Amino acid sequence: MPKLKAHFDRLSHLFLPLSVLVILILINLVKGADYFKITMVNGAFYGNIPNILFGAAELVILAIGMTLVTAASRGQDISIGEIGAIASAIFVQYVLRAGSAVTLWTILVGFLISCVAGLLIGAFNGTLVSFFGVQPMVATLILFLGGRSIAFIIDGKVSPILANEISNRIGTVIPGVPIQTPIILTAVFIAIVVLVLKTTNLRLYVEAVGINPNAARLNGIDPKKIIFLTFLIMGVCSAVAGFIAVNKAGRHDSVNLLKFIMMDAILAVALGGNSLGGGKFSITGSIIGAYTIEILNRTLLRLEVNPEAIKAFKAVFIIILMVIASPVVRAFARKVWDKVKTFVTGFSMRKSVGLNKTVFSMADRAAGKKEE
Amino acid sequence: MEALRTTKPKVRMSNSTLLFIIAGIIFLLMYGFALISFPGSFLQFQTFFDLFNFNAALFIVTLGMCIVMIAGGIDISVGAVCGLVTMACAMLLQSGAGDVWGALLLALGIGLAFGLMHGYLIAYLEIQPFIITLAGMFLAQGLLTTLHKDPLNVTKPAFVALRNFTIEIPWLGTVNRLGVFIPCEIKPGVFVVLVLVILYAVLMKWSRFGRNVYAVGGNIQSARMLGINVKKTLFLSYVICGLTAGIGGFVFLMTTGAGNIGNGALFEIKAIAANVMGGILLNGGVGNLLGAPIGTLTLLTINELIRAAGVQSNLQAIVSGLLLYLFIVLQSIVMSLRSGRKFRLTLPPWLKPHRLPEEKEAGNQG
Repeated sequence: MPKLKAHFDRLSHLFLPLSVLVILILINLVKGADYFKITMVNGAFYGNIPNILFGAAELVILAIGMTLVTAASRGQDISIGEIGAIASAIFVQYVLRAGSAVTLWTILVGFLISCVAGLLIGAFNGTLVSFFGVQPMVATLILFLGGRSIAFIIDGKVSPILANEISNRIGTVIPGVPIQTPIILTAVFIAIVVLVLKTTNLRLYVEAVGINPNAARLNGIDPKKIIFLTFLIMGVCSAVAGFIAVNKAGRHDSVNLLKFIMMDAILAVALGGNSLGGGKFSITGSIIGAYTIEILNRTLLRLEVNPEAIKAFKAVFIIILMVIASPVVRAFARKVWDKVKTFVTGFSMRKSVGLNKTVFSMADRAAGKKEE
Repeated sequence: MEALRTTKPKVRMSNSTLLFIIAGIIFLLMYGFALISFPGSFLQFQTFFDLFNFNAALFIVTLGMCIVMIAGGIDISVGAVCGLVTMACAMLLQSGAGDVWGALLLALGIGLAFGLMHGYLIAYLEIQPFIITLAGMFLAQGLLTTLHKDPLNVTKPAFVALRNFTIEIPWLGTVNRLGVFIPCEIKPGVFVVLVLVILYAVLMKWSRFGRNVYAVGGNIQSARMLGINVKKTLFLSYVICGLTAGIGGFVFLMTTGAGNIGNGALFEIKAIAANVMGGILLNGGVGNLLGAPIGTLTLLTINELIRAAGVQSNLQAIVSGLLLYLFIVLQSIVMSLRSGRKFRLTLPPWLKPHRLPEEKEAGNQG
């Protein structure tokens, strides 16, 4: 039993994202029982669940990076969409240079170059945040303002088109494999992140820095290095997300690629039960949060909500959710629960030891008299 | 040393004042640079007044954001609320159901409603301000697009009169090529900005609420121990911010005269940038309220400068980003040089400023 309880405590932070997920799935099932139906079209799975996994691919990857940044630096990176746009612009330019002879090797090298670009931009943000002590949101504001213009200048002309077979396969599906490629890439990315967190001390260091940077420094962890590292990771995550997004779209639209995705990524982190004030974090929660946002968007569309009003419904949903999950409401609920519990146990006790009741009441009366 | 001490005790300048002075100097330098490089446009008084005339709403929104930022919070819904107010007021005026005063009341009501919601959820239910105001932003944007999708021009005569109303300064102006004297024009929105700046500056400087805001933003735990009602202070700061966004929306409508989905877009980002330029830190507890208009002026001057220089529109964004970068770095360096103990910038040892032990002690106390 105690082992089970410990296990449950460990999972308690996932209560919020999982309950939201269950509620959303229930709403969808009420709307139509064929929600989980998966069909085979041209040798690949299609249906609601593959669609959700496919649609949320970039958001999941960005949410992972955002979780680390939030946990270590106690702030958010609002330039992730712009980093993705710049990195993918470089990728597209490299691939277009190769002309018609695009091989898997070209794509791979282009991807690696875009990752390096992401690293460099992450280093730019990280330097500002860790070494200059600027708040993350302000530091990343710079790229938020100028990033898309940089991507546009790299593009040279309005939205160059990625018309080659391999990009198309990366964006949609490889013949013979029943699962869409972005889903596989996301799974691989998550696996790498899990492996890194399991084998290295990254989680411990990031949490230590996020909880108390001074205490971490006194214990021999350099908070600056850790915060810098999280921004580097964020840069790579953004580059990977940009890579997937541009292959999905088939063209590089520097204005609209990953636009305003930082809001969703931050929301995913918060929905995952993580504090936006840094400290302990849960990658699993963020991933579930990201998928939840995608499901929420699709649910609103499925319920035939007026497209103009979708944002308002989303807002109401988020507010209700955050109110339920807020510390004050939680404490209140716990208090009520405790009262109910004591009432029930007291009731059962009185029943079982009815004899002592008179003694108690006499004692009470005596105590009352004394006070008077 | 003794002689020095008897003359006058040296008072350490507070961080707020220092950052405010830096912001002021940078604005003056920026404007001076603009005057030298483009005397044709910047030497006219009208150019300076136009910064206010066309951006009065941004000034107002920045003021509200400033109070929230000093209290250590953030409100990213201001731009969307501003846009919602313009559209709602435009619809009210166009439908003929209400007059200008009714529209003003509606603007204040919408702003107040958003402020109350944010304040209650953030202060009393202790939810993270970023998420709640993000939800507020989505809500305002959703309501805006639900209300009306297309641009809506207000043609009500009473409002058009208000929109076109300008105050001319007879003794200030320019003579054009034909020799005709053109006096400078000021829009009524500028007076709203002035009144609000004075009102809020007095509120933040001399009222109990203002001091409480600084205390809460500086250190919430010690503010609580001092017996400050932290929740009420936070609540009021968000209510004021929401209300200010409502006023900003009305002034925006007064400037452009049309409700549009794009109204007030990115105001939240601009307001944050302007406040940072004005020396108000996102951490809270530091900043002078007068820094908000100074920062906004700096931001607008930069934009005007880039426009006057005639660079490509894509380079504009990059250049303004770079200037923001320089500004932030400068601010950070000054702040870290100031507090020797919390020296954040890791310079190589030969670059570190040499400090006397006495000074270090003084620094620790301050």
